[in-house]
Amino acid sequence: MLFRYRGREGMFAWAFHRIAGVAIWAFVVLHVIDIYLVGGNPGAYNELLQIYASPAGRVMEAALGAALLYHALNGLRIIVMDFWPALTRWHRQLWYISWGIFILVGVPVAWIILKPIWEGVRR
Amino acid sequence: MSASMDPVATAPPAAPAAGDPAPTGSRRYSRVGRPRPTGRGMELAIWFLMRLTGLGLFVLALTHFLILHVLYDPAEQDATWIAQVRWSSLFWRIFDWSLLMLVLFHGFMGVRTVIVDYTAGRKRRILVLGLYLLALVLFVLGTTVVTTLPVVPKG
Repeated sequence: MLFRYRGREGMFAWAFHRIAGVAIWAFVVLHVIDIYLVGGNPGAYNELLQIYASPAGRVMEAALGAALLYHALNGLRIIVMDFWPALTRWHRQLWYISWGIFILVGVPVAWIILKPIWEGVRR
Repeated sequence: MSASMDPVATAPPAAPAAGDPAPTGSRRYSRVGRPRPTGRGMELAIWFLMRLTGLGLFVLALTHFLILHVLYDPAEQDATWIAQVRWSSLFWRIFDWSLLMLVLFHGFMGVRTVIVDYTAGRKRRILVLGLYLLALVLFVLGTTVVTTLPVVPKG
């Protein structure tokens, strides 16, 4: 459906924003509960953090960061166009700019998060 | 904003995917986020607050992620580390609690928009009520731990 309906960039921007937003929301629910465990059950929290630091956990962590960064940058794009409607004329260009920033910031961050998978943990 | 300020008609509006009804009370399609609600009621206030909290989260959430996933590694964090380092100062506790407040509004109002888009009637009411209850639970859990976790001096 997502690819057959030809909404082009504007629709993909919207769909990715929504998918990323719901994914971040799901992590926030998990994360508030796990942080509560720091006070309520520190042992359980430490066990959970070991899962976060595992290779699979790191891939998820990088995905979370990507969702967060995309949602943040596209969110700025939305705000810009909501309050300066004339800029909606360049909504595609704004989307490509946000992807440029995404790559520029996201690749080094993903590298730092994922590196311990093959290099071991720095202490 | 008058209708004449309605932006460009050069491209077809990026309407939500097929079968996705437009939110009620909106004035036009949007290529972007939720269209600004008409009128002056609660919905308009929520619309503005979504954008305001979004800006706040741009700073707070990205800073939080940068500190806890880039500057520090999850492998060097545990419950003791949080008590000794991360939450050793009032500043970072207020920082993280503010982040929680913003995210509870922005995240839960965002998911509410999603629920309203895809459901109707009784199902919608139950899901939205459940959503608000979950937000309340997270508010209590998060506020409890950030205010009661003892500070443990390092060393």
